[in-house]
Amino acid sequence: MKEILKVENVSIKYITGDFKSIGLKEYVMRRLKGNYTVKEFWANKNITFNLEEGDMLGIIGTNGAGKSTLLKAVSGIMRPSEGTIVRHGTIAALLELGSGFDGDLTVKENAYLRGAMLGYTRKFMDETYEQIIEFAELKEFEDRPFKQLSSGMKSRLAFSIASLVRPDILILDEVLSVGDGAFRKKSEAKMKEIINGGATTILVSHSLNQVRSMCSKILWLHKGKQITFGSDVQKICDDYQSFLDGKLKI
Amino acid sequence: MSIVLDLKKNKFLFEELIKRDYKRRYKRTVLGMVWSILSPLLMLTVIAVIFGNFFGRSIEHYIIYLFSGQVIYSYFLEATNEGMLALVSNSSIFTKINVPKYLFLFSKNISALINFGIILVIYFCFIAFEGIVFTWQFLFLLYPVICLILINLGIGLILSALFIFFKDIQYLYRLFTQIVSYGSAIFYSIDILPQHLQALFYCNPIFVCITYFRSIVLHNAVPDLRLHLLLAGYALVLFGIGCWVYKKYNYKFLYYV
Ligand SMILES: Nc1ncnc2c1ncn2[C@@H]1O[C@H](COP(=O)(O)OP(=O)(O)O)[C@@H](O)[C@H]1O
Ligand SMILES: [Mg+2]
Repeated sequence: MKEILKVENVSIKYITGDFKSIGLKEYVMRRLKGNYTVKEFWANKNITFNLEEGDMLGIIGTNGAGKSTLLKAVSGIMRPSEGTIVRHGTIAALLELGSGFDGDLTVKENAYLRGAMLGYTRKFMDETYEQIIEFAELKEFEDRPFKQLSSGMKSRLAFSIASLVRPDILILDEVLSVGDGAFRKKSEAKMKEIINGGATTILVSHSLNQVRSMCSKILWLHKGKQITFGSDVQKICDDYQSFLDGKLKI
Repeated sequence: MSIVLDLKKNKFLFEELIKRDYKRRYKRTVLGMVWSILSPLLMLTVIAVIFGNFFGRSIEHYIIYLFSGQVIYSYFLEATNEGMLALVSNSSIFTKINVPKYLFLFSKNISALINFGIILVIYFCFIAFEGIVFTWQFLFLLYPVICLILINLGIGLILSALFIFFKDIQYLYRLFTQIVSYGSAIFYSIDILPQHLQALFYCNPIFVCITYFRSIVLHNAVPDLRLHLLLAGYALVLFGIGCWVYKKYNYKFLYYV
């Protein structure tokens, strides 16, 4: 089997503190007085795992475990503070789908812009636009300003555009739960289609059942630390469940 | 080199960003576009009326002299002010999608450049109207324009990064551009100043650009090699620093937005 992703001893730190709101003046003052400090916060510490072609990795862990941060590093949005990430092939990360649109542009214009950001070509967008808007069920809204959409509609559009990606590595951070019941079914089916197309996938989901049924490997994170990584999906999920129930201490 | 390749790969994204910035700017109204052309012309008229009597006597084709300064300075001001916001206003995108962040800055600069182009056309109409003949030397105007684009990009790269870290840069920069404006001799001539003060003006790249324009348009004379080198120096140094800042802090932006 071909190795497609190798994450080795990856640690990622954020810097926290009130530095975001201080201006240049305050910064210089503090520097001069010698009391300028930033606090560090390690959102990931020594994470190691690897994926082979066709693997389906589920990342589990409670809120704040560092799942999204790790995925940002894997997708290249962030750089790990320590350790290395080696990727082979193209990567598409679907994180927080609904954000990053422009409220004043029309739905159609936003669709093109998002397509461009995901690396599609204009030709591809011209060919698939109808399909996207049909799937999102937003045909009658296409010339309206984007800000007039409800948040459910926004994520439907986002999902429909993103679901056309055919990457070697696909990252899904809590995106399998967009829209209402009917749309959720449709979107899950669509995702399965991509996954079955052979993409190596990383999935973050709050539904443990979904993880059990879809994943071939599991990475369990807790407060930035790696609890386990392995292919014994059921065992790890059982452990995680008893941890959630308070029966298991880690 | 890699930037050129990246641009090719991201051509579609770049075009869509330019379209978005342009539409956002004028809120899709024709009035918005007309206003953006009209407002510098109004400014021009006001200054011409106020100072025309005063400086107009000693400076030939005063309206063109003034317009040369105005067109260059307002392009510089617009491109860098807009450029400063390029990263912050797109932070919700680059924290979720892996796109080359400098594209946001470049697209804002293109918007400003388009405006500059439109106003240049009016500028040339004024020149024709004043009875100045167009000669082949006018082709040399491309040189300061290219340098100015690089200068604006360089300053934009620096400012947009700084603005992520320090929000009060906006006020400092406003002060700075005010000084640049007075130091660009837009409505007066530095000939009225003592020699040693005159030399000081050449520290200001915008003044050098304006001087280049005036030399060609008003005196039909291509400036000497020194001015060319000075301008190229400013362009390369500022653009170089901009690239360096961007490369160094590119992956840190995310922590601060
Ligand atoms: N931009 C940021 N600056 C500082 N801390 C952050 C930032 N983003 C996330 N964190 C912190 O990093 C930790 C991990 O966050 P995240 O990766 O989003 O967790 P998860 O996706 O598993 O819920 C959290 O404690 C969160 O508060
Ligand atoms: Mg998360």
